[in-house]
Amino acid sequence: MDWTALVLSLKLAAATLVVLLPIGLALARWLAWGRFAGKAWIEAAVVLPLVLPPTVLGYYLLVGVGGGSPIGRWLHETLGVQLTFSFSGLLLASIVFNLPFMVQPVQRAFEAIPRELTEAAAVSGLGFWQTLARVELPLAWPGILSAMVLTFVHTMGEFGVVLMVGGSIPGQTQTIAIAIYDRVQAFDFASADRMALLLLVLSLTAVAASFLASARLVRRR
Amino acid sequence: MIERGRAPVASSGELLPRSAARRRLLRQALATAAAVAAPGLRAQTPAATVAAASDLKFALEEIAADFERAGGARLRLVFGSSGNLSSQILQGAPFHLFLSADEAFVFRLADAGRTVDRGRLYAVGRIGLLVPQGSPLRPDGTLQDLRAAIADGRLRRFAIANPAHAPYGMRAREALQHAGLWDALQPHLVLGENVSQAAQFATAGAVQGGLVAHSIALAPAVARQVRFDLVPAHWHRPLRQRMALLRGAPAAARDFHDHLATPSAQAALARHGFEIPHPPARE
Repeated sequence: MDWTALVLSLKLAAATLVVLLPIGLALARWLAWGRFAGKAWIEAAVVLPLVLPPTVLGYYLLVGVGGGSPIGRWLHETLGVQLTFSFSGLLLASIVFNLPFMVQPVQRAFEAIPRELTEAAAVSGLGFWQTLARVELPLAWPGILSAMVLTFVHTMGEFGVVLMVGGSIPGQTQTIAIAIYDRVQAFDFASADRMALLLLVLSLTAVAASFLASARLVRRR
Repeated sequence: MIERGRAPVASSGELLPRSAARRRLLRQALATAAAVAAPGLRAQTPAATVAAASDLKFALEEIAADFERAGGARLRLVFGSSGNLSSQILQGAPFHLFLSADEAFVFRLADAGRTVDRGRLYAVGRIGLLVPQGSPLRPDGTLQDLRAAIADGRLRRFAIANPAHAPYGMRAREALQHAGLWDALQPHLVLGENVSQAAQFATAGAVQGGLVAHSIALAPAVARQVRFDLVPAHWHRPLRQRMALLRGAPAAARDFHDHLATPSAQAALARHGFEIPHPPARE
């Protein structure tokens, strides 16, 4: 078992959640209730990481923010940040490829809220933030919960983009999914077995727990 | 309809008497988890990162462990195909010492100004025919039986490293071209991302044979499951394995670079199937 890789994966998944949750909530609510020209294109762009080959995403990140690109050079010279082959680069990649996993379920949950309820809230004198906190978020909670679980588990398991943008540096960019690949190539099937089983159990448990929890939340209403 | 918080979050009342026991159980579980995880977490951060060709996987892990035992710094080892590693270095990967399976990649980095100098030759690699147990192919380094197996249909799949970026793949192609088998083998070829993966295809029995590094065939986990025979060295250009320190390398990387020239490290390389250039010369 490669604990360093496991800890790194957990850190990456947690950091992705923290950064992506507010972005995802805002984007999902905007897409759910907004009416504007070009909405279909923005929705398509959000879903794109789901259908795009990870290598395409990895390639664009590599040439887009890598050391050779204008953005990469600017970041390096002004902020001293290097986005390729580093944890912050993995985080950026992780945020991009998890966008659909976060936005889609939340958007569906917002769309399912009857407009009468928010109108009633407005008539009752609740402002925007109060309506959000006391009407919309509680109702959208099952969707938000499953979005968070999917994002977390998907980050733990992402392989292609992580390999291309991060390489496979132990302790810095070697996540558990990459460590499994690495162990198989080192003919160390015992470690690969244990790590693969751990990921399998973790993913299954997390997704099942989120289904259970949202079923209970829905029943409660 | 919109209740907040207090809703029947299961009947928590019935759980209360047991909560102390539960807390104890949780504490125990956490303590166990911490004890198991601790060895990994407590380890000090490595002082330098070494990027090495995947044919070195077994040899270098042994040499790095010896280096550490002898009081050297802890190292982080990253393995891959020399081509991939060198392009990662060009993209800014934070490596300090690069051990290539082929000197051309070191020279390319030197020309791009990424290395301290033009490096040092540390070993010469050999390739050979690796045949998994139960394969209908005979382990014959002169490839006579491979020729027969292609003709009579015994051979379905044959593995080499990707010749586009893996030195062992390039040399395998040269050897197969020398033997006049390259074209006939085309429909059977499976390309590994690096030589270690090519060997893994063969060891797992997914292919009937492969041309891979001697250093990997000698690893205990592999040797148990395969038979191996060296291909004549003059059938391909030599695998001149060169290493170079990258610009800004810390002292730990320089120490390990020097350690690789010591008799004990050279003996380890020889034990793992490498030929040692005499004398280990600077260019």
